[in-house]
Amino acid sequence: MELVLSWLKEYVDVDLPLPELAHQLTMLGLEVEDVRLIGLPMPTGENKGFTFHGLEWDKEKFVVAQVDEVMPHPNADRLVLCRLNDGQGEHTVLTGAPNLYDYKGKGPLDKPLKVAYAKEGVRLYDGHKPGFELTTLKRATIRGVESTSMICSEKELGISEDHEGVMILDDDAPTGAPLVDYLGDAVFSISIPANMVRCSSMIGLAREVAAYLDQPLRMPDLTLPKGEGKVSDAVKIEIRNPELNPRFVAGLIRNVETRPSPYLVQLRLKLSGMRPINSIVDATNYVMLEAGQPLHAFDYDVLVKRAGGKTPTIITRTAEQGEKLTTLDDVEHTLEDYTVLVADTAGSLSIGGIMGGQESEIRPDTTDILLEGASWNFINLRKSLKYLRINSEAGYRLSRGVHPTLAEIGVRLCLRRMLEWSGGQLAEGLVDNYPLPYEDPTVTITTADIKRLIGIDLTAEEIAGLLRRLMFQCEVNGNAVAATAPPHRMDIGVGVNGRADVAEEVARLYGYEKIPSIRLDSELPPLRSNPKEERNQLFQDTLVSMGLQEVISYRFTNLEQEQRIYPPDARPQGEEYVELQNPIAVDKNVLRRSLLASVLDNLERNARLRERLALFEIGPVFWPQKGQLLPDEPMRVAIAICGLRYPSAWDQKDKGNFDFFDLKGIIEGLLKALHVTEVQFEADSNPSFHPGKCAVLRVSGEKMGWLGELHPQVMANYDFGEHTRVQAADLDMDRLFNLSPKYFETNPITAFPPVIEDLAMIAPENITSDEIVRVIRSTGGFLLKQVELFDIFRGEQIGAGNKSLAYRLTYQAPNRTLNDKEVGKQRNRIITNLEKELGVKVRQAE
Amino acid sequence: MSEKSSLITELETLQKQAEQELAGLTSESDLQNWRTQFLGRSAMVMQIFRRLPEAPQEERPGIGQFANQVKSTLEEKLATKMEAVKASALQESLQTESLDVTLPGRKPPRGRLHIQTKVTREICRIFGDMGFQVFQSPEVESDDYNFELLNIPAHHPARDMWDTFFTTNESVVLRTHTSPGEIHAMKAFNPDPIRVTLPGMCFRYEQMDANHEIQFNQLELLVVGKDITFAHLKGTLEEFAKRMFGQDVRTRFRPSYFPFTEPSAEMDVECFVCGGKGCPACGSKGWLEICGCGLTHPVVLQNGGYDPDVYTGFAAGLGIERISMLRYRIDDIRNFWRNDVRFLEQF
Repeated sequence: MELVLSWLKEYVDVDLPLPELAHQLTMLGLEVEDVRLIGLPMPTGENKGFTFHGLEWDKEKFVVAQVDEVMPHPNADRLVLCRLNDGQGEHTVLTGAPNLYDYKGKGPLDKPLKVAYAKEGVRLYDGHKPGFELTTLKRATIRGVESTSMICSEKELGISEDHEGVMILDDDAPTGAPLVDYLGDAVFSISIPANMVRCSSMIGLAREVAAYLDQPLRMPDLTLPKGEGKVSDAVKIEIRNPELNPRFVAGLIRNVETRPSPYLVQLRLKLSGMRPINSIVDATNYVMLEAGQPLHAFDYDVLVKRAGGKTPTIITRTAEQGEKLTTLDDVEHTLEDYTVLVADTAGSLSIGGIMGGQESEIRPDTTDILLEGASWNFINLRKSLKYLRINSEAGYRLSRGVHPTLAEIGVRLCLRRMLEWSGGQLAEGLVDNYPLPYEDPTVTITTADIKRLIGIDLTAEEIAGLLRRLMFQCEVNGNAVAATAPPHRMDIGVGVNGRADVAEEVARLYGYEKIPSIRLDSELPPLRSNPKEERNQLFQDTLVSMGLQEVISYRFTNLEQEQRIYPPDARPQGEEYVELQNPIAVDKNVLRRSLLASVLDNLERNARLRERLALFEIGPVFWPQKGQLLPDEPMRVAIAICGLRYPSAWDQKDKGNFDFFDLKGIIEGLLKALHVTEVQFEADSNPSFHPGKCAVLRVSGEKMGWLGELHPQVMANYDFGEHTRVQAADLDMDRLFNLSPKYFETNPITAFPPVIEDLAMIAPENITSDEIVRVIRSTGGFLLKQVELFDIFRGEQIGAGNKSLAYRLTYQAPNRTLNDKEVGKQRNRIITNLEKELGVKVRQAE
Repeated sequence: MSEKSSLITELETLQKQAEQELAGLTSESDLQNWRTQFLGRSAMVMQIFRRLPEAPQEERPGIGQFANQVKSTLEEKLATKMEAVKASALQESLQTESLDVTLPGRKPPRGRLHIQTKVTREICRIFGDMGFQVFQSPEVESDDYNFELLNIPAHHPARDMWDTFFTTNESVVLRTHTSPGEIHAMKAFNPDPIRVTLPGMCFRYEQMDANHEIQFNQLELLVVGKDITFAHLKGTLEEFAKRMFGQDVRTRFRPSYFPFTEPSAEMDVECFVCGGKGCPACGSKGWLEICGCGLTHPVVLQNGGYDPDVYTGFAAGLGIERISMLRYRIDDIRNFWRNDVRFLEQF
């Protein structure tokens, strides 16, 4: 919403410095986003953080002037010479403005043309260059005629982008007056909150300013001159559904002449961001901006014709399902059965409160006008707007609630403007059908309420005083104030809603800045643990400590992208996704099911940037469940690593790449941090992974997920640059964490020395290291503290199909030094069991 | 006498020879050889001891004594010499072993949290110091929790404030804010007083550009109790702003509108990039919009099971990416979920 300062001042006296006004509006909830100055000087001193921009018009050098005669240029058809009076003397001014050609060679004009005149040396915008570029007006000779000054277009003055012709001001513009005194203005761009649509008008804004300044509001004159013939004889109004259309006010004006509106009216419309059209349409727009009531003008002759020459009856009704109407922007709409139409006996005329129909719209030759000011159910209207996808100034206001009293005020104001700008005769009175009067709520609020909510002590009189400035009717009764909302706003509710609404108004006008700041001093809630958050942090911190970079990805993806984690012939069918009805892009139409896919996408994006990548992500995936409104959002952890095991340095050229065991080591580190027991890595197959380099992780027998080297056919779905192998894992965080004990026991540190023994053995290839370790551990007893594989060897000397494994065993007793005899006994039992259970032969040292 | 003097003379000659040789040695290994030669088991001095029986009985103690004297003199000289040789060797090695300390260090593989994890934790920690506990709720929500229960009925104009992603089930949306967590928290904690932070990912249907994302982190506060006022809202958020942006930071509260709070406010922080003068970071406003807030709307309290005649509360919502962008002068919000390591590794 654009606040035009000169217009605001018609309703309230304001003489605050501009930055102060911008600040106060903002502190009332009407946030000023920027301020455009039309000719006014930049404010001096503190601008309170607001941005002011615009062209200043020097009082001496930009003046109102009059053109008394337009003469042809001796050497150019497209130029004219104007005999101009700037109040100080007569000048000949050269211009190429096409809107002066009509006056060329007509001799002295009966009615001089009032123009904006700029003198030599001023800074103004170059009308011929795109955008707004400043230039200095210099003396020049054009086709043999010297030019020192100019008649300005709106663009040159920074009013609009219009450079089609020069500005022709209203006839009463005072010749010789500084232009800034006549046209100078400030336009505040204000963002209006959804509950303050009452401020989407000059009068609405003026009410707030008046309340803040405690000044009276000057309402414009609403009386209508006596008319000819009664409106009620010229049109009937029938409202079929008062819930949806509580009020319909109509006025009639005959024999108007559509013409351009006065310049000042056009200027205000332009500064408000609307395009002037003609004096009739402009009047409806002007009054909407002035009072906040959208209005609609019908061509009355068309209505009479449609009624077969009889008195037309306006009917408001809901549309038939599928009913069609072509609006004045030439779009045919198919309507839903809740949309309210303004119709007559012959059919629909317009979409109520949203847009007029084509047939009855105002044309240049329209002479008789039926003016509508109506109120509509804003919820229903918004529903229609959304369905029809129409954005209009009227729809914006009406879909947020315009009070029914404004319907009449709007019609009265608009009829006055039409008479003034377009001539014609008024028909007597108005037709006002108001079947469902709006009841302005009365809310009782007490001094205790204000204390309890806002934290300030106000007396009942003080509360009433603040509310009265906002035009509430207040009755004080002891500590209670019964406040009745003023008849121009619909945002005050009843009951607990109303109490909150009124408390907000008290706080707002009291000033948020004046409310004290107090640290929380109330009773602390019981402390609850948040295992979920603790879990997230444990996973994140552990993985980071092992050198992995965390990523956080979009939840949005598409099927094609997700399924890259499978070889082409192993894509699962019929997986259910959370699907979007309105995706922002076709490749973001579902929510991810797989965190592995997310982390691999990130690996791919970075693959060409680094010779070493180690990424992880924790986060939810989205799995729809049958018979459940919302999807499950299990938390997963996914890891992907590729490239060099160690970052290279200038003297370190180890080109060893990450392999399965690096990944496994990371996962073992994570499991260790979780202190889970009964961990098992089992060779397994999973379509995403290489069949020989894939393991399933089980903890306490439960599957936690898979890890492995990506299947070559999966690798082919990605572009990992130079990286030929990628190790990845995708694990169930929720279950892992559930198995993680909150407390765990530590081992005492013993002062007695350990006995360390190496056992080398020859095992058939099909015996896994896990199986061997299991036998060693179960046989070794409690003295055996650690079993560590330190070498694997394959070669002819141990026979094909065999491998040699070497383990380092650490024995330790908590309370004494172990002797060889004790250790020897354990060793022999281990050797026996290995041979008996697995057929593994320990190579005995001679 | 001549016999006696011959062994002694021999010792004297030997001592002289040993001392002469020792003087010319410079390395530790030469010194070791010298020791073997003159003082070892089979060395010359020791041989004199073995030849003692050759000398007459009465001279033997004198010769032995003298031999011991020669031996200890030589040992002392060796020790002195050894020290000198070691010192000069150390000196030499210190002089030759020097590094170009400007060569780059070897990089240990370093892991990092995502910047938004860090900033979220930092904010939670600040509020944690004020007694706020973390509470999380789902990212996919029902229309009821995302709108209806928050006092935003269907077709209400307030719905225009959120551009919503709908799932193919119209009554299921991607949460547009963390506010549904307020209802979840109230239902979980009712009738206890509440002080929680609700961090989490939210979604808005927006055209993406440098300042707009379809996915963003929000962190919401909710306080419910029997004596919570607007003054507490101001006090809490001002304390937060000081901890987050510096003790001297200026804040202002101005009226705003949210359907689930009333009175509603926007807290602005004086732009710490330009000090309030106006710059691109604050859109030349001098103030940064940091969070929307307000007293919890009575209808929302009711929906959470708290009687608005007994309980009051406040809520506030911060955009976490925005805070990071301001702090680290990040010019494009899309950097956060693109996860380019060149971005992530700067934190």
